[in-house]
Amino acid sequence: MIGEGIKSTNQRKHSYVQDHVEVGFFTDPSVCIGCKACEVACKEWNQVPDDGFTWSGNSYDNTGHLGASTWRHVMFLEQDRQKGNQITGPMGLPDPQSDLSAVAAAKAEDPFRWVFLSDVCKHCEEAGCLEACPTGSIVRTETGTVFVQDDVCNGCGYCVVSCPFGVIDRRPAPLPNAGGAFKCTFCYDRQKSGLTPACAKVCPTESIVFGRLDDLRARANERVQYLKQNGYADAQVYDPTETSVRGIHAFFLILGEPEAYGLPPKPQVPTIYLKSAWMAAFATALASIIATLLGFALFS
Amino acid sequence: MTSEQRLEQLREKAWQEGVVPGRGVDVAGGPIPRKPGYYGQPVVKPPVWTWEVPLYFFFGGIGGMSAVIAFGALLFHHVDLARPALWIAAIAGAVLSPILLIMDLGRPHLFLNMLRVFKHRSAMSMGAWILTTFGTFAVAGLITLELHAYQIFPGTLDQLLRLAAGIFIFGAAISGTLLATYTGVLIGATAIPAWFLHRTFLPIHFGTAGLGSAAGVLELLGHRIAALNFLGFYAAAVETALLIWLSLDKKGAANRAIHEHGSGWLIRMGEVLNGPLALVPRFLGFIPWAAISFLAGALISRFGWIAVGKVSGADPEAVFASQR
Repeated sequence: MIGEGIKSTNQRKHSYVQDHVEVGFFTDPSVCIGCKACEVACKEWNQVPDDGFTWSGNSYDNTGHLGASTWRHVMFLEQDRQKGNQITGPMGLPDPQSDLSAVAAAKAEDPFRWVFLSDVCKHCEEAGCLEACPTGSIVRTETGTVFVQDDVCNGCGYCVVSCPFGVIDRRPAPLPNAGGAFKCTFCYDRQKSGLTPACAKVCPTESIVFGRLDDLRARANERVQYLKQNGYADAQVYDPTETSVRGIHAFFLILGEPEAYGLPPKPQVPTIYLKSAWMAAFATALASIIATLLGFALFS
Repeated sequence: MTSEQRLEQLREKAWQEGVVPGRGVDVAGGPIPRKPGYYGQPVVKPPVWTWEVPLYFFFGGIGGMSAVIAFGALLFHHVDLARPALWIAAIAGAVLSPILLIMDLGRPHLFLNMLRVFKHRSAMSMGAWILTTFGTFAVAGLITLELHAYQIFPGTLDQLLRLAAGIFIFGAAISGTLLATYTGVLIGATAIPAWFLHRTFLPIHFGTAGLGSAAGVLELLGHRIAALNFLGFYAAAVETALLIWLSLDKKGAANRAIHEHGSGWLIRMGEVLNGPLALVPRFLGFIPWAAISFLAGALISRFGWIAVGKVSGADPEAVFASQR
């Protein structure tokens, strides 16, 4: 936690890989300042190539979306809602001591909030990309995270359409290591040496927290309770444990609806569609054989 | 007007008038165009696949179902039909299909990694094994059948070859039906809304289109026999039923890529050519027209379904609508 210095789970050495402890990221937009240090640290440590220099016009977000060369992405949301008990108004701030009705009126008149959230691969409990991978390139690590072995991936592109969060993508030429699928590694290399992931390490406000999954889940619930008591009525944890994804290792606290963050409200792992699709395939296969034999039997 | 130009216009107006009211303008009159989700960014990733994949679906369908026709023909002593059918199966299914599939890979030199694991929960892994099995059976079946047809070896050995050919062609027929249908499972079991909402439709359509196309190719090669005509009727009738199913099965924003945009036109064009436009000429006896229409429809519709995936995957509202 912030203020703990080197005792924070973001800073201290650990042996989660050796001890097979489930780890996670808890990302909290209520303390994010949108500095994008996580994006930079990720790029530097993992030597992720350039993902294009374009001005999007979408607030301060010129990164766009997660992809093969973007493993952390800070979102900038501009919403016409009140952020906690923050006072906003178009005609300057009224004095909160003297006139409380003016404060309320200003809030109602022109609510506005700027929300920053650092998006990342969710490292699903039931991961669509891992299930879909035909080469066994995508594996689950000792800490429960999802990892792509680049030397095995042959770039078939099936993980790309199997991810319910649109995270993993195939890297186009002429970038280095083009043709393979890439996404956040949860800094597996750092973790094996007892280091914390680069993004969590550099986060100046500990908006990104790295730690044991069970600790983080408890911490997220506490944080939501605290925010709700302090004016953030629409704070909630985004962790789809109720769907076939069965929860994510990198979960978020969000203000408002998941749709506004481009997060699917009810993500499903595509393997749940296999049964009905294969049934239709087998029925068609059988019908085709019967029709062919019938054709020859009737007209021979 | 591009969104960039619109943004410039809004900024100009905001500078002059302070606030900009009206459609497409975001909070507090600020010059921010409002789009669904997060600035209209896709929620899931559209497929990265290019022209090789729909073409593979087309040739895999023809190859796989040609082996079924070859097996039926052999069983009812039409060796003259079984041989060209098996040639088509081997060329389309065992040569063109793997080439197209390898070409589509981001790293084609690592294509053998497909056979590193066997994962029944991955349709792509199952497809790689189905294609391998089919290729082996089809090529082995073709070689043994040709050796038997030319009577290269005498007596008992020839009888053994005939038996082997029968077994190989049976294997090719079984794996061939899966080769023609699994591609529907492949794109049906994904996170793309317009695909997974039609996961039972897709294998039926791809498999039947494969059967009709295989019969059509043989007819165009001059094999005008009643059994193939029957298969042509069967496939066109099923496709007509599928056209009606698809037209009635509208799910609003969730599958609008099938009913709107260029992708929707491709799907409709493909289904009309596959269904009614292949059925009517066959009733009137214009068999080549029926076969050409069916083949064109099968090809266009495969490209249509990949286009649908690209449109639907890039549409955040489709993802939200499919989950609400």
